Amino acid sequence: MPLQPRGFRHALNRSTLRPGERQLEVQNLHLAFGKVAALAGVSFTVYQSEILAIIGPNGAGKTSLLNSISGLYKPQRGSIRFYNDGETYELTRLKPHQIAKLGVARSFQNIELFRHMTVLGNLMAGAHVHMKTGLLPSLFYWGPAEREQIHFREFVEDIIDLLEIEAIRYKQVGTLSYGLQKRVELGRALAMKPAILLLDEPMAGMNTEEKEDMARFILDVNEEHGVTIVLIEHDMGVVMDISDRIVVLSFGRKIAEGTPEEIRDNPEVRRAYLGE
Amino acid sequence: MDTFIQLTLTGLTNGAILALAALGFVLIYKASDVINFAQGEFLLIGAYLMYATIVQIGLPWTLGVLVTMVVAVLLGILIERFVLRPLIGEPIISVIMATIGLSSLLQAVVRIIWGSQPKAFPAFIPSTPVTIFGATVGADRLWAIGIAALLMLFFSLFFRFSKEGIAMRAVADDQQAAMSMGISVKKVFAWAWSIAAVTAAIAGAIVANIVGVGPHLSHFGLRVFPVVILGGLDSIPGAIVGGVIIGLLEAYVGGYIGGGLNQVISFVVLVLILMIRPYGLFGREIIERV
Repeated sequence: MPLQPRGFRHALNRSTLRPGERQLEVQNLHLAFGKVAALAGVSFTVYQSEILAIIGPNGAGKTSLLNSISGLYKPQRGSIRFYNDGETYELTRLKPHQIAKLGVARSFQNIELFRHMTVLGNLMAGAHVHMKTGLLPSLFYWGPAEREQIHFREFVEDIIDLLEIEAIRYKQVGTLSYGLQKRVELGRALAMKPAILLLDEPMAGMNTEEKEDMARFILDVNEEHGVTIVLIEHDMGVVMDISDRIVVLSFGRKIAEGTPEEIRDNPEVRRAYLGE
Repeated sequence: MDTFIQLTLTGLTNGAILALAALGFVLIYKASDVINFAQGEFLLIGAYLMYATIVQIGLPWTLGVLVTMVVAVLLGILIERFVLRPLIGEPIISVIMATIGLSSLLQAVVRIIWGSQPKAFPAFIPSTPVTIFGATVGADRLWAIGIAALLMLFFSLFFRFSKEGIAMRAVADDQQAAMSMGISVKKVFAWAWSIAAVTAAIAGAIVANIVGVGPHLSHFGLRVFPVVILGGLDSIPGAIVGGVIIGLLEAYVGGYIGGGLNQVISFVVLVLILMIRPYGLFGREIIERV
């Protein structure tokens, strides 16, 4: 087994692509709710191991885009291709749970944790996709079931270390502060061994210190494990700091794409986004 | 003292059966927010399946139990697929009406196949008298308590450790998040309905062994309500504790006070609980009233 970064005993990144290879290809995506077009022909490509930020004013279609990728919304036209293991998957034809099983992990804008479970329970629920043990062995904890449980416990513990949430392991998620809940949600997505991580406003509603922590965790996951990250974020300082590339949406259309510097200097972006 | 132990054991038997029936009810409510008014009919069908396999076909009782469980699982899957799934996204009241309709339908089917006369049952678990602390009870009642306890243990482990159990807990908590974790919500609903059907059918088999079969057994469905309201609609430990409390209460009231009060006492409790603590002993405090 190759040496895993920072004490990780099991591989976190499930993608088999090399950095820079095309991983996710969104083409001409159209999504409408009744007569309201949420996405009107959006196209862009995500490359392995990059951090891509999606920005835009409220109602620009950012979350709709993320929901289309993870299968919660069904776009009327267009395609979303996902590459891994030498295969091409058309995500618009798959169900949300099938997409998750491919390693497309996500967090939600309004935290969607299993509130009545502990932090550990949430992370183990994330790792659940990979459990292969049959019903009876898992109940009596024998043989392969024991080995599998140990494997996942080790993996989940490594994530707990990475996110510095050791102290709240056994706490019920519903009792935690907002910032910690966001962190647990990131942890649960990591427990799925993601090939690509979709984060919907991971820093919304946080104070500066919490934002810095979150930015550090996202960079750790990206730099040390090479996990591709697509994030929606409103805090321009954070976006400019951590992302490799930025896609700008406005009223369901892509109005710009480029490096943070290019986006900062783009007049159309300034007009749409900054209201100049 | 003898009377007390006697009543306690009777109460525990009834409580165990109620808890088994309530377990499935809670499971369906937890996973899908559906109140299943056909839970008593699952029990009824379990009892008649035992009658059919043991008396009419002549199988040994072990095989009879197995066949009953398999048929119950299939029934649960079929009902989920053809009654509940088309109703996904419909108002909750429509879904509840559908389960009421389902209960009438299942009762009618039972009457068509087996008639409406109660039938005696050759007890497959012998009711040889056993003396415990000076009180005499039938061995079948002790068996009933034992089987129910084992099943409860099995399901506690199931929810805690198995992949399917984790998936069910996740769906109960947050469906959207569960989908994004790679959990098929439809599959989980099918699991919930099959487990509900199979636990109720086992409860039915136990009841059939003690008192025989008859259409009146579906009344257990109604008696499940005080149990789940007391324990909390969405709590599995609540179903167990609620079942035992209601079972004991009915037995003590019947034994010490009598006069038919035991038939209504659990519903008195139901009304009291709804007034004082509507979410039950172990339920979540936020319960949507329908």
